[in-house]
Amino acid sequence: MAVFTMPSLGADMEAGTLVEWMIAPGDTVKRGDIVAVVETQKGAIEIEIFQEGTVERLEAEVGQDLPVGAPLALIRGAHEGAPQTPPPPAASAPAAPLAAAPAPSRPAAPPAQATPGPGLVASPAARVRAAELGVDLAGVTGTGPGGAIVLADVAQAAPPPKPADPRAEMRKAIAAAMAKSKREIPHYYLFHSIDLQAATDWLTATNATRLPETRLLMGALIAKATALAAAGVPGVNGHYLAGGFEPARSVHLGMAVALRGGGLIAPAIRDADSLTLDQMMAAMRDAVARARAGRLRSSELTDGTITLSSLGEKGVDAMAGIIYPPQVALVGFGTPRAQPAAQDDGTLAPRQRVTASLAADHRASDGRIGARFLADIADRLQHPEEL
Amino acid sequence: MTDPEIRAAFLAALSDVAPDIDPATVGGGDHIQDDLELDSMDVLNLVATLHKALGVDIPEADYPQIATLDLAARYLARRLAS
Repeated sequence: MAVFTMPSLGADMEAGTLVEWMIAPGDTVKRGDIVAVVETQKGAIEIEIFQEGTVERLEAEVGQDLPVGAPLALIRGAHEGAPQTPPPPAASAPAAPLAAAPAPSRPAAPPAQATPGPGLVASPAARVRAAELGVDLAGVTGTGPGGAIVLADVAQAAPPPKPADPRAEMRKAIAAAMAKSKREIPHYYLFHSIDLQAATDWLTATNATRLPETRLLMGALIAKATALAAAGVPGVNGHYLAGGFEPARSVHLGMAVALRGGGLIAPAIRDADSLTLDQMMAAMRDAVARARAGRLRSSELTDGTITLSSLGEKGVDAMAGIIYPPQVALVGFGTPRAQPAAQDDGTLAPRQRVTASLAADHRASDGRIGARFLADIADRLQHPEEL
Repeated sequence: MTDPEIRAAFLAALSDVAPDIDPATVGGGDHIQDDLELDSMDVLNLVATLHKALGVDIPEADYPQIATLDLAARYLARRLAS
């Protein structure tokens, strides 16, 4: 039997609110299934499961605030039989006296108070929520089995909560992650001016033959070049964990998506180095749309091995970014512009150029490695047809 | 199509691409990138949506001509008439 717990969706997450179950006891689940929706500081996130088997029991109710690690459901493995004996009913105290009863096996559910008031039966979750909200259970009508007060009854009785401001919540999440990064990660920074004329010409010619639906953006070329370069430089692609730096075997490229009105989220595009430019465009379009709609999947928030932040067409020249822990590098692209560039014959000519930057973790790589990485991105952008 | 119909179609496409923007608040001179904060992906999606809705294929070189509601209304009227 495996316990499926509230996952951590990043260094900055402490808890989430369960808003929807997509499974019920008896359902079969497999790795990667979306089983629940959890409201976090980063919006509503679809939670994927990493166990296989049959849902034995749900351990959390919709509406509950649950810390990372709290049990959500019990999953019986595909090769485990049905439980030998049904779980003993709570009332059937074994021979041992009640005072010596073993600790409750469900750590998330606090023990019920020893002596509820006469006629007052309430679920543990309802008691916790009532205490949080300052609701007197004596005044609540129970609709559960035997008139027991359940979570929904408490919610009904409570004054309507002030809706949390999602922008303020996201600001808190960003603050926590970035403060942790600046506290723990010894950043070093590199900047490199890259000639984008070849990529710009190639893109203009390619898009001239395409209908709007299939056109490419410079952002897709930059993402692909970055992912290909990252695949060859282990020191910038991976995670720094308790045991030290762990290079990643794949490149899952986090794409920083700015939200209108403020806030930022960086869903990961899996195996970004193996996507064609058309696939990259589709993946970026999908990730941006779902990031804006607040409907990302849990793995997209945790799988990133390196992050790319592009300042777009109307931004500033360059950025010195902050690494998203536990990643070890963040690549920044400023706004491409026509700039005077020295030619081989000594004359000046306007060329489309962009400044790329690297913020990297000095525990995982040195400046020489980082420089090789930025130079490789630049080289790849000189041959857009090969991306 | 009349000018009000074209403007309504443009605002509908904008709303489709950026549901968080209230079309009623969009002024005729608001720049879709500078004022409404559309990024290059949003602009491309807007062009694709207009292509589907109106059958007008806007080449990249013409993107500046749909940068505001007023500009787009004139540009799309010209393209629809030709």
